[in-house]
Amino acid sequence: MEFQIIWFVLWGVLWAVYFMLDGFVQGAGMLHYVLGKSDGDRRVLINTIGPVWDGNEVWLVTAGGATFAAFPTTYAIMFSYLYTALLLLLFALIIRGVSYEFRGKSEGAGWKKGWDAAICIGNFLPALLFGVAFGNIFAGLPMDAAGYHGSLLSLLNPYGLLTGVLFVMLFAVHGALFVSVKTRDDLQARSAALAKKLWPALLAVAVAFLGYTNFATKLYDNYLSHPVLLIVPLLAVAALLGIRIFMAKEMLLTAFASSCLTILLVVGTGVTGLFPNLIPSNMDTAYSLTIYNSSSSPYTLKIMTVVAFIFVPIVILYKIWVYRIFRAPVTLDEVLENKEAY
Amino acid sequence: MDVLTLSRLQFAVTSMFHFIFVPLTLGLSVLTAYMETRYVMTGDETYLKMTKFWGKLFLVNFALGVVTGITMEFQFGMNWAEYSKYVGDIFGAPLAIEATVAFFLESVFIGLWIFGWDKVSKKVHLLSIWLVAFATNLSALWILLANGWMQHPVGYVLRNGRAEMVDFGALLTNPYGVLKFIHTVLSGYMVAAFFVMGISAYHLLKKNRIDFFKCSFRIAATFGLVSSILVFLTGDYSAVLVAETQPAKFAAMESVWETKRGVGMNLFLVPNEEQECNEFERFCIPKVVSYLAFHLPNAEIKGLKEFPRDLRPPVLPTFLSFRLMAGLGMFLLLASLLGSILSRWGKLEDRTLFLKIMLLAIPAPYIAAQLGWIVAEVGRQPWIVYGVMKTSDAVSRSISVSQVVVSLAGFTLLYGGLGVIDIYLLAKIAKKGPEA
Repeated sequence: MEFQIIWFVLWGVLWAVYFMLDGFVQGAGMLHYVLGKSDGDRRVLINTIGPVWDGNEVWLVTAGGATFAAFPTTYAIMFSYLYTALLLLLFALIIRGVSYEFRGKSEGAGWKKGWDAAICIGNFLPALLFGVAFGNIFAGLPMDAAGYHGSLLSLLNPYGLLTGVLFVMLFAVHGALFVSVKTRDDLQARSAALAKKLWPALLAVAVAFLGYTNFATKLYDNYLSHPVLLIVPLLAVAALLGIRIFMAKEMLLTAFASSCLTILLVVGTGVTGLFPNLIPSNMDTAYSLTIYNSSSSPYTLKIMTVVAFIFVPIVILYKIWVYRIFRAPVTLDEVLENKEAY
Repeated sequence: MDVLTLSRLQFAVTSMFHFIFVPLTLGLSVLTAYMETRYVMTGDETYLKMTKFWGKLFLVNFALGVVTGITMEFQFGMNWAEYSKYVGDIFGAPLAIEATVAFFLESVFIGLWIFGWDKVSKKVHLLSIWLVAFATNLSALWILLANGWMQHPVGYVLRNGRAEMVDFGALLTNPYGVLKFIHTVLSGYMVAAFFVMGISAYHLLKKNRIDFFKCSFRIAATFGLVSSILVFLTGDYSAVLVAETQPAKFAAMESVWETKRGVGMNLFLVPNEEQECNEFERFCIPKVVSYLAFHLPNAEIKGLKEFPRDLRPPVLPTFLSFRLMAGLGMFLLLASLLGSILSRWGKLEDRTLFLKIMLLAIPAPYIAAQLGWIVAEVGRQPWIVYGVMKTSDAVSRSISVSQVVVSLAGFTLLYGGLGVIDIYLLAKIAKKGPEA
């Protein structure tokens, strides 16, 4: 059934783009204290993120909505089985969302400190939790005829945690590079230096992840049976190396672009390995959720495909337009002068 | 306390909290866009100050509407997994479309509006706030079509052990959904109108920036008046639809127990659910309930006793909420009428009593809106999808009581805290007034 395959691809693309975009928001946010040494620094950081965080977060809402519309059984299982983890994620996203808007609304030191903490935790936790969630999806959840046999604790298994750390590291480097592109002077220099320092750790975690994936998941089966697919993880590794190469050449924008590609391709690697599963069962493959046994009816998939093919290109076009309007770097002077700044 | 009761309570808490912020976003986005339009057309700096002042309040409120909205999307899957599996083929589509066509638009262009004053031309900047207003209203369409389907399911068949969509057009043109959308959006406009009038009244009482706030008041009063009239008309027609498609709900709304023709409305009424009658009925206006239901004075109204007890909604909350909502609606219509007149031809700034009432009236449309939702959702019980799925069959089977206790407690604390901060910020910004 072609629609199911189309929606599998779209589902993967939506999650990949979400992580590519919100990844730098989460990265810059988790580095809020490290990069933001003064109130001025922190205001500049927040103002680089300010115009784009909401638009980036909508990709999550769309990914979730698309899962609901195209694969409702998977949506239901994913959100109810991973209840507590997603609850914590939700709390973090709620706190993060309001902190950008609220921090600048009062001058009290305690007020600002509180929202600074919210920005840091509200961005660090989602990165970790998304990694844990997807690691467990890659490895498969313990589900069978009797239902779900897992818990929040069982999600924090070694592979899940490793994937969590991978996401944290990916986003940290990504966020630092974003900041280096969007700022100047001291903040730019420090964020670029931080990205360079973090990269080796990212590489180590990525290698560990690629290795452990072989033992913890069945993701590599697809690659072994269709070796041409290996191009995806190979390009992911190339992009990851590209980050380091471009950073060394002081080509920060290209390094950031390489980081974008890395995230897209890492998610792509995972999703390609999952096919045709959406959430495998690690107890009994008969209970794996696939694109075939958990999808909507052909009619619904067709309607959704028409909507997606009309509107997603439009969305991408106006998003690029607005990003271009905000391509200039953010400086402290600009933030202090502008009454509407965060 | 079981998973079902806790999940229902949690859904009520989270959706009602979400709906504190949404109506103001719906209405204030339009008002702000209108004010900026006057600025761009006339060049009058007062309108620019109005745009920035009311816009600042809009933004604080907007952020909370956004973050509490994510909770709603997650919650269908988290707590109502059986529902999501059973009707997801139909229900999932409008939610996904809402995100794709509306949420992206509003979130991208609100960013441009906040940060782009100096980066784009006046016209492009104006366009951005209009796109935000359009997008928020458009998102309301999709979610209310989805809820409309829950109330009056159309365009589906039962197949493969679930409900499957066969006619998307039927979903889009479901009169229940379309009418609900218009009625709800207009209620949001009333919230915004009284918000602006109330804060303006505060400053007028203090004789602070009289011209600025009289102008704001006048704009909001007209907005409020037109909206109240249309809310009333759409509300009336909604009652007809409810009588036609959800007779048990209508019977509960009016606390009608016996099936009869030419049913009158008792101004004072106390239902007794146990005894299946009304304990107390006074001042009956003849034929009114029949007229409200079918626009025919002698129409037959099905009484609650027509339905088995377990298929009736809770009568007292449905009945009281409906009456209070309608009563508040009438008060709001009169208040905005008076406000429209006084802000044009009376000396509004000297009308101390009226201004005080308007300041105190800020919560009134908020309360009316919540009451309306209670009628809609409590009145639909025991169904989650009317006639198709019971609420008790819809809850997730894999979650435990302790999980839902934790989430309910978490939401209550988090939302409580954010609510306090929100009111603090709004009051602070409102009291400070516009820049000089």
